[in-house]
Amino acid sequence: MTNTIETAENEIIENQPILIAHDVSKWFGKFQVLRNANLQVKAGEVVVIMGPSGSGKSTFIRTFNALEPYQEGRITIDGIPLTEDIQNIDQIRRDVGMVFQQFNLFPHLTVLENVTLAPIQVRKFTKPQANEIARQLLDRVGILEQAQKYPGKLSGGQQQRVAIARALAMEPKIMLFDEPTSSLDPEMVREVLDVMRSLAKSGMTMLVVTHEVGFAREVADRVVFMDAGQVIEDTTPAEFFTQPKEARSKLFLSQIL
Amino acid sequence: MNTKITIKPVRWVQKNLFNTPYNTVLTILCVWVLWNILSSLFSWLSQSEWAVISENLRLFLVGRFPESQLWRMGAIALIPILIASTLVVRRSQAWNFVLIPLGLASITWLANGGFGLPLIRSSLWGGLFLTLFAAAISTALAFPLGLLLALGRRSELPVIRGISTIYIELVRGLPLIGILFMAQVMLPLVVPFRLDRLLRAILGLTFFNAAYLAENIRSGLQSLPLGQSEAARSLGLNSIQTLRFIILPQALRLVIPAIVGQFISLFKDTSLLALFALFELTGIARSILSQPQFIGRNGEVYLFIGLIYWMFCFGLSQFSKRLEVRSS
Amino acid sequence: MTAIWRRKKYLEWAGQAIVLAIVVGLLVMFGHNLDQSLKRLGLRLGFKFLDSQAGFSVAESIIPYDPSQSYSRVLLVGFLNSLKVIFSSLTAATIIGVVAGIARLSDNWLVRQMAKVYVEALRNLPLLLQLLFWYFVVFLALPKADNAISLGFIQISRSGINLFGLALSPEFSSLFAGLTFYTGTFIAEIVRGSIKGVDRGQSEAARALGLSAGVTLRRVIFPQALRTMIPSLANQYLNLAKNSSLAIAIGYPDLYAISSTTFNQTGRAVEMMILISITYLTVSLTIAGLLNAYNSRMQRSLR
Ligand SMILES: Nc1ncnc2c1ncn2[C@@H]1O[C@H](COP(=O)(O)OP(=O)(O)OP(=O)(O)O)[C@@H](O)[C@H]1O
Ligand SMILES: [Mg+2]
Repeated sequence: MTNTIETAENEIIENQPILIAHDVSKWFGKFQVLRNANLQVKAGEVVVIMGPSGSGKSTFIRTFNALEPYQEGRITIDGIPLTEDIQNIDQIRRDVGMVFQQFNLFPHLTVLENVTLAPIQVRKFTKPQANEIARQLLDRVGILEQAQKYPGKLSGGQQQRVAIARALAMEPKIMLFDEPTSSLDPEMVREVLDVMRSLAKSGMTMLVVTHEVGFAREVADRVVFMDAGQVIEDTTPAEFFTQPKEARSKLFLSQIL
Repeated sequence: MNTKITIKPVRWVQKNLFNTPYNTVLTILCVWVLWNILSSLFSWLSQSEWAVISENLRLFLVGRFPESQLWRMGAIALIPILIASTLVVRRSQAWNFVLIPLGLASITWLANGGFGLPLIRSSLWGGLFLTLFAAAISTALAFPLGLLLALGRRSELPVIRGISTIYIELVRGLPLIGILFMAQVMLPLVVPFRLDRLLRAILGLTFFNAAYLAENIRSGLQSLPLGQSEAARSLGLNSIQTLRFIILPQALRLVIPAIVGQFISLFKDTSLLALFALFELTGIARSILSQPQFIGRNGEVYLFIGLIYWMFCFGLSQFSKRLEVRSS
Repeated sequence: MTAIWRRKKYLEWAGQAIVLAIVVGLLVMFGHNLDQSLKRLGLRLGFKFLDSQAGFSVAESIIPYDPSQSYSRVLLVGFLNSLKVIFSSLTAATIIGVVAGIARLSDNWLVRQMAKVYVEALRNLPLLLQLLFWYFVVFLALPKADNAISLGFIQISRSGINLFGLALSPEFSSLFAGLTFYTGTFIAEIVRGSIKGVDRGQSEAARALGLSAGVTLRRVIFPQALRTMIPSLANQYLNLAKNSSLAIAIGYPDLYAISSTTFNQTGRAVEMMILISITYLTVSLTIAGLLNAYNSRMQRSLR
């Protein structure tokens, strides 16, 4: 597993944006969700996205692994343009891991099978190879002893950590998190944030939609604020939380702080 | 002590049958209806003659299957038992998809012959065997078609969705007898090769059943959260892998009770083959009743085959109820 | 530029085009074979034969009919006979089903058990068998008309049912009884399920207000249960309409039976198939439409 960290460090050295979203617009029917949204993320960066409910945060990050198509603008991930090209889409889905608010573990598979399914089917690993990787990852997120259980038997925090391990098993270059702690009981939020923190330390490029101010202050390199489908502020956490520029950011912060 | 025991039933009767004036009236009414039904049943039973059953037992079970080849029917009876016991030992969905087709193929071979066994025309097949065979094989054949139709009807691609929807709604709008009529009369006109009468009927049942199975499967697909396929796609699984490893295993487990229900319904519907000159249970009953020595024995014969149908249907419905309880 | 065969949209359309081509290809092949077969049989498609004389008599009819009239007339006779049995059994099955469904929840043990036996016995038997039973075992074994069993205003005998002087043939009576009691079991299960589905608090609240058990059921529980019942009821009505085509087994001249006779006389398989399909689809869609309209009106008034 050390090679994930190495490649990530190599990419820091290159210092090129690994994710570029340029003037992305998207409509659900007549309703425009994204309005010329812009974002650049460099390798190894941790970017937190904040914004009021319905501002399009989920939709925005879901365009980065083609779970949502977009109509205008362009998105490039690790040099690969995200277009209609199905080979590019397949490649990008392998390079981008995602963690959902509702965990979305596969309830009919054990924890171990959840983690090994994609490596075996997509990366064509043998079962022993995949199991070996899965065990390392489960150990890293602290739930190796639950490997043979079904997800339904696990607590929310444990499930979310399995979901993180499952995404990491594909050795992604970028990890997307869509409110990973929002449906957890308060006492479980920490264990998940701890895992994310150590993942950030290992040099993983992360894009995190969250309302956890503490996490953003401590871990994020940048905070991006979205409202009404636009990125309206993109700055350091220190600046965002102490002297936000935009009126809408101020209003938002006054509500969550 | 003693009084308690004698009083208990009295209390029970009071509480459950005569607790209000209204219930007293109902109870008396029910007893009167029951009395009438039972007394006419007994007077019928007293003059019934059951030779028509005992003399034709073989016909009821296997139709006119040649006597010298009856061992093949015995072997066929063993196959479902073998499959069921294997499935109990190896609880895995994948085994269903291997064992059941394999079992049906060997049943068909044993019944039909070929590969070393003497051929037996399907017009000699009959009785309970044919009823079970027709129901089982047309469910097995309808399943893949129904699965495709269910997926098609949920597809985002308009042409595929349209074709599936039209097929499903058209078939569900027509009576089975009409579809069997088409299968008997129209199929020979539109296909260039000859199809056996039984095969035509089985195809009719299959096309009919596929539409209903499709709707059952669709409801299972619909009840899965969208997040399941999103998670699979975000891991890089393609749509076929997503279907095979994530969606179908969960959806099919959910719809097993509904599929058993559909099988019960199809099992009853096989009786319609009697109207198309096939000799499954109802057909053989009618042909026995048309023999001069058994004329007028309708009650005995219909009661007997009714009991057979009922035992299978009731047994299966209890089984599917148990499955439903277990899966929830 | 992305190569065209790697574009998602293109692949989707190509896939659809292939499926469409296969379906159309099959239909064309069927059509061609059909054309060949008809040529061989010396038949030409067309509905002109409907105007020629039918030549067979029909045991019962709502409208005047004699064999010198046309096929279209006799088919109309069949259609009306179908409607007659569908709507009368649909009404009766609803009544029996509601009664049995409520009876299954009665606090009277005997009532509950009898309803249960009725439902479990009849819904697990093929309808066709039940029709044969009603016809051959019940009606044809009854006493002759001059010796009829009398239940007040109903006389039942081998020649059918006499209701207030309205004579119903044994064929109609058997089909009516079979469809009614068979469909009644399914309706009973629907009714029972929906009533049980209504919140217990509702009936407790009503009883607390001092309403009697009967009033609670009629005015509080049943109207709410009705809402969840309607889609499943619609399904049962559709099934009943389709099942009425089993009439042919006991010689009741419904649309299917008369179409079948017409086919036997004329050999017009395709035309009869088209006619039957259109008619049943129309009946199905009408019932579905009526219930949908009723349903949406109910939903609106409850909002
Ligand atoms: N599939 C869809 N069809 C139509 N509208 C949608 C769809 N998904 C989201 N929307 C709408 O798009 C807007 C943005 O949704 P999105 O989920 O991206 O917001 P969000 O910022 O993630 O909000 P939250 O904090 O509540 O998760 C909302 O108004 C939502 O109602
Ligand atoms: Mg969101």
